[in-house]
Formats: sequence, structure tokens, C-alpha cells
Amino acid sequence: MDENAYEPTIIAFLCNWCTFTAADLAGTSRLTYPSNVKIVRMMCSGMVDPKYVLKSFLEGADGVLIGGCWPGDCHYINGNMKARRRVALLHEVLERFGVEKERLWLRWVAASEGNMFAETVKEMTEQLKKMGPPSTKQRAIA
Amino acid sequence: MPTITINNKAIQFEEGKTILEVARSEKIDIPTLCHNDALEPYGGCRLCIVEIMAGGPRGLKTSCTLKATDGLVVETDNERVRKSRRMTLELLLARCPNVPIIQTLARAHGVSSSRFSLDNEDCILCGQCVRVCKERMGVAAIGIFNRGAKKYVATPYQQLSEVCRSCGACASVCPTGCIDFTTFSEKTPVPLLSEWNVGTRRRKAISIAFEQAVPKTPVIDKNACVHLNTGACGICADSCVAKAINFDQQDEIESVKVGAIILATGFDPMDPTPLKEYGYGVYPNVFTNLEFERLSNATGPTGGKLLMRDADDRLKFTRPPESVAILHCIGSRDLNYHEYCSRTCCMYALKYAHLLKDKVGHQVQVYNFYIDMRCFGKGYEEFYRRIQSEGVRMIRGKAVRVTDRAQSEEEQGKLVVIAEDTLSQSLLRVPVEMVVLCTAMEPRKDAVDIARTFGISIGSDGFFLEEHPKLEPVSTATAGVFLAGACQGPKDIPDAVAQSKAAASMAQALISLGEVEVHPMVSHIDPDICIGCRVCIGLCAYGAIEFDTRRGISVVNDAVCKGCGSCAGYCPSGAAKIGHFTDKQIFAEVEGLLATGS
Ligand SMILES: Cc1cc2nc3c(=O)[nH]c(=O)nc-3n(C[C@H](O)[C@H](O)[C@H](O)COP(=O)(O)OP(=O)(O)OC[C@H]3O[C@@H](n4cnc5c(N)ncnc54)[C@H](O)[C@@H]3O)c2cc1C
Ligand code: SF4
Ligand code: SF4
Ligand code: FES
Ligand code: FES
Repeated sequence: MDENAYEPTIIAFLCNWCTFTAADLAGTSRLTYPSNVKIVRMMCSGMVDPKYVLKSFLEGADGVLIGGCWPGDCHYINGNMKARRRVALLHEVLERFGVEKERLWLRWVAASEGNMFAETVKEMTEQLKKMGPPSTKQRAIA
Repeated sequence: MPTITINNKAIQFEEGKTILEVARSEKIDIPTLCHNDALEPYGGCRLCIVEIMAGGPRGLKTSCTLKATDGLVVETDNERVRKSRRMTLELLLARCPNVPIIQTLARAHGVSSSRFSLDNEDCILCGQCVRVCKERMGVAAIGIFNRGAKKYVATPYQQLSEVCRSCGACASVCPTGCIDFTTFSEKTPVPLLSEWNVGTRRRKAISIAFEQAVPKTPVIDKNACVHLNTGACGICADSCVAKAINFDQQDEIESVKVGAIILATGFDPMDPTPLKEYGYGVYPNVFTNLEFERLSNATGPTGGKLLMRDADDRLKFTRPPESVAILHCIGSRDLNYHEYCSRTCCMYALKYAHLLKDKVGHQVQVYNFYIDMRCFGKGYEEFYRRIQSEGVRMIRGKAVRVTDRAQSEEEQGKLVVIAEDTLSQSLLRVPVEMVVLCTAMEPRKDAVDIARTFGISIGSDGFFLEEHPKLEPVSTATAGVFLAGACQGPKDIPDAVAQSKAAASMAQALISLGEVEVHPMVSHIDPDICIGCRVCIGLCAYGAIEFDTRRGISVVNDAVCKGCGSCAGYCPSGAAKIGHFTDKQIFAEVEGLLATGS
């Protein structure tokens, strides 16, 4: 593999009850998925403060993944719906700061869907590779 | 106290009572026909005749109208009295030779035939119907018209009455059952149906819900009660010896403080009316599972006999069926209705088959139409084998239609069940006399409201959601609220009982501690930072945040907070934070993860 090839970093805020457990399952099932993802455990997707997303991009993340329970399955009734509203707003805000909204993903992954978690990370990594580093970062480098 | 002597027995009595009342209070039997405790004394039938021997004007008198007086000497059963009653009964027998109550009374008095010319009337002219309508219902919609032998009961001019309420009081007091009050007015009376018996029998406006009800006290249906709607009637209150009827009673809401709640609100059986292909409500002898349960129950409409419905009257049951089809999975395992399996149907369907063989007799043909037999429980498979050995036909294929359109001699007058037998891969038409639909167990209609009230979730099937299917099967997302029974999903009695006991122990374990341990990962609102915008209050799905008006800030009740972070994720001032998930901690984590070289 090319040592200088661009490897994006994804910060994933994962709900403890579903996507975080799915990531665990992906591991215990020995599924391989890109090591580009770095996981931060949250109790619920509804807990993800927009600040955390902005902070991640500011600290140099190439993408942010928020993983929550399927609608209707949130352990806290409807935290995931609150996350969905927040992500919609963040998509607006990020664009204005020059961060393409395709860099922030919200995905529903149930605790039993280890393979889906692995697939999601693969997909996101590939997309970010195609996009290249965020323009903010390019400017910082330049 | 004044004293009267009846049949040589001195009896003290309360002023104002009639001789009949005093005699009956001493268990001295005097026959009556027109007397009714709820009505004014009438003196019409003269069957209650007694002889006054001394202490007042002597002679034969009607005991239902004559007041008892001090010193009166009465005989209720001497030869003169008996002779008079025999004459009365002979006249009645001539008018109504075929009325059972007259036949019985006549026989008891040694009257076997009448010397008068025979008529064939049902009405004995006791006037109870007319009196109850006038005196108790305050309506007077009917009267007795004509004279002598030509008397009859009717509405004035035999026209439809505008005042008749179709309450049916007249029919309910008629000793011979000859009143058809439905002809009195234009209104079509709506029969009151017993909810407990899923509408297979009538109930009254005052009734005891079911035989084993606790407490076993009657309740008044306030929509149907004539007294509560018009102020008339009130007969139940008069006849209650304990004077327990209180028409002023209102519904009350009581608040009870508790440390744990167990929800055991059960299920609803699915109404098969929308599944038109099975003809429920169209063909009288298509039954639901619950209707069949009521038939087979000793306290049900047939006293436990498995009988067919009368074609013209859904509330009348006639004879046992010669053949029965039991249709499994109606509305269950069906993408159009419920995807899930209702779990209990296979086994109670086998129970029905057994009950039919047991109660109706071995000759009855029983067919079970099933998709798969799911005999999952202890002893269930063995029961299945036993039912097969009883000669019950098991047909592997879901019934698709029930019709009364015969295509052959054999199908004439029968219900034909159409199904594909998936084992022989052939289309079957099975003529039977009775069909039982094993309809799905559904979430109760108010499940969503109940879930909202108790802050719990509902699964995709509509039943209450347990906290974890394997590890927390009886707790819910809300601490202290537990689930038991079919409200959590279809299950049979053994499973419902097991889960209930688990829920009870969980509740006990929680409340016996006397205090609640709160986990540290709950929200805390920094009082110095909170700007009192109250956004968090609307966001919290558990109602854990309250507004402190004095300080103008929001405050978290950490016994109720679940630590979901909905508030913290949104709080515009950054005042709300979850323990172990503060900004500082998360930022440090993000920084660490993104530090070059990581
Ligand atoms: C036709 C049929 C036949 C069956 N036969 C068998 C059988 O032979 N053997 C067997 O093991 N199982 C059988 N079952 C299954 C059995 O009925 C259930 O397992 C059992 O009824 C479940 O008990 P439950 O207490 O959870 O719910 P339910 O029996 O439904 O009881 C719930 C109770 O809660 C009350 N309630 C509901 N909401 C509220 C509220 N908000 N406030 C106060 N009270 C409320 C309801 O009125 C009801 O009394 C059969 C089921 C059906 C449909
Ligand atoms: S209809 Fe019945 S209640 Fe009325 S007078 Fe005749 S017998 Fe009596
Ligand atoms: S963390 Fe969740 S449960 Fe706790 S107060 Fe905030 S919104 Fe309510
Ligand atoms: S608990 Fe998983 S998204 Fe709310
Ligand atoms: S009961 Fe007394 S006259 Fe009929």
C-alpha cells in the first residue's frame, strides 16, 4: 500500500445500546473494517452535542459518524429523533463553514447488525477517500 | 306493637303493612298473580284471597290490598279460601289453558280442567305491565282496553306510541312472557348485551359483571338505566333489602403513592369482521374464539353446552353441531394484519377440538385448518397426539374462505370452508355446520396511551417493549415500571404467570430496599450557567426536569433521569451535562483520538 496515500479519520459517536454494541459484535465476529474509524461511546445518539461534531472537524477529523437506534427502538424513547433534527441543522451549518455535508453521517444500526456497522464504515471511508481532505484542512496545510 | 293472628299464630307487625306482606314475612305462603312488590296493591287476580274470621269485617278479602289491623284473625288456607281460589283458577284456565304458570298453579290447587268454555289467550290480565309502565316508568304507554272476556293490553287505539321508551319493563314483569314491547313504538330497542359474554347473551341495566367478580357487587349502566336518565323507575333501590343502591354515586379518581408499578393490561382479541372472507357477522354460525369460550363455559349463555346459533336470533342457541371447522391463524402470521404468531391459538384450538368431542359426542366431525402446528410448551406435543387419536382431522393449510354457496347436495345448507391442503396439494371444500375463528391476540386499543402515561416504549408489533429481550424481560425503559403477561406480547397462561411472578419479585426487590440507588450517569444542570430557557424540559422524555420558579432555572430530578442526554445535547448555555459525559471529557477524548500519531 502506498504509505503516503490519503487515509481519512472518522470520529464515530455511537449509541451505547445499538451501534456501539454492533461495533462490538463486528469485532467479536471477526469482521474486518477500516481502522479509519475512532469510536466515542455515547449513551444515546440524542446526547451528541453539535459542539462535539464541530470540535471533531476542528481537531482535524475528515468525517463524523453518528450511530443510533432504529426509529422506534431508541432506549430513551426518542433520543434518535432529536439527533436527526440536530444533524439536519448541522448539515446546514457545516456547509457554511466549508465542510461538505457528506462528511457528517447519521446511521441507524441495531445491536444485532454488526455486519451493517462494518459495511457503513467501509462505505464512509471509501466516500471520504474519494472526496479527499476537507477544504478547511487543505487550506490549513497550504 | 299491633298484633294479627294468621292461621292461629299471633304475629306482631308494623303499621301500614298489608296482610300479604305480614304473612310472607312469616313465610306463610299465599299464592298471587297480579301482585308485585314494586307496584301499588292492585287486587286484580283474586288469587291471594284469605278469610277474615274476627277483629274486622268478616268474609273473603284480597290479602294484597287489605291492611293488617290490630286484633285481626285471618285464615289463609281453609276450605272457603281454597274453594274461591279453585274457582279463580278455573276461570283463568278457561281463558289461558296453555299458559304454564296457570297450569302449575291450577294443578297445585287440584284444578285439572275448567267447566267454562276454553279460550286460548296468553295474557292473564294481571295488569303488571300496564302498572309498571304507569307507576314506575311514569309513561303510561299501554293500558287495558275493552271489557269482560274481551279485555286486552295494548297502546291506545293500537297505534304506535310516541311516549313508549322501549325500556322493556312491561315485558320483564309479565309473568307469562306474552308482551312484545317492540311493537309498541317506532323505536327499535337495542338489546343490552353482556360484555363479559362477548355479546352472546343479554344483561340488564343493573348487573353483576360476571360470576366470579371481585367485589361481587352489581353495577348500573348509566346510559341504559331509566332512573338515571329520566328519574323514573328506581325499582332496584326499592327491592334492595340492604338499601345499598346509591344513584348519586359518581366516578372517583384516587391517587395512590407507590414505589413500583406492574403493567398487566393484557391483550384484545382481534375483531374478525374486517376479514370479510370468513363471513363473521354474516353467517350466524361463524363464531370467534372468545364466543366459543363463552359457549363452553358453565356460566355462559348455554350453561356450557356447545350449541349452534338460531338463524334468525343471534342470542338464541339451538342444537349441537354435527361438524365443526376450527380455523387457525386468523389475522396472525398474515402480512395484511399481524406478522407475528399469536402463540396460543394452536393449543386452544386443540382444546376446542377436545371439548367438542367430549361435550357433543364422538360422532361430531372436527376439522383443524392450520399453517403449522406450534406445540411448544411442556406437555403440548403430547396433547396434540392425544387429540389426533380422538379422531380430530388436522388439515395443513390455511382456510381462505367460508361460504354458504353450495356446489353439491352435500354442501346444501352448510358452511363450506375452502382451503388448500398443502400436504396433498389439493383444493378442499369442507362442509360444516359451525366455524370457529382463532383470531389474533392484539395489543389493546389504548396501549399507546398507557405507554405514554407510564413512559414506556412500544415494539413494532404494538405490544409493550421490555428493556432487553433476554436480560431484562420484565423491566421497561422507565425504572420501577415492570411488565407482566400478554401486554408484552402474545403468551399463554403459564408464561403469563411466570412473567408476572418475575415482575412481582422485581418490584419487591426495588421497594423492599426502601431507597433507590441512582447511577452516576445522570444529568446535572449547573445552576450558575442555566439561563432558564426551559428547552430541556420539553426535550426530556421522562419528565425528569422541573422549573424552579424562585431561582429561574431548570432542575433535574436525578431519581427520574435516565441519563439519555437529550437535554445535554441541546442545552444552548451548556448548563445541562451528563455525569461521565461532560464537554471536558468528550473534548479530551476527541483530541486524544485525533492527536497525530494515534
Ligand atoms: C380465545 C382464547 C383462548 C385461550 N385459551 C387459553 C388456554 O386454554 N390456556 C392458556 O394457557 N391460555 C389461553 N389463552 C391465552 C390467555 O388468554 C392469556 O395468556 C392470558 O389471558 C393473559 O393474561 P393477562 O393477565 O396478561 O391478560 P388479560 O387476560 O388480557 O388481562 C388483562 C386485564 O387487565 C385489564 N386492564 C386492561 N387495561 C387496563 C387499565 N388501563 N386499567 C385497569 N385494568 C386494565 C383488562 O380488563 C383485563 O382484565 C387463550 C387466549 C384466547 C384469545
Ligand atoms: S301482558 Fe303480561 S303483565 Fe300484562 S296484564 Fe297480561 S299477563 Fe299481566
Ligand atoms: S438526561 Fe435525559 S432523562 Fe435525564 S434529564 Fe436530560 S433529557 Fe431527561
Ligand atoms: S438509545 Fe440508541 S439512539 Fe437513543
Ligand atoms: S295478588 Fe292480590 S289480587 Fe292478585
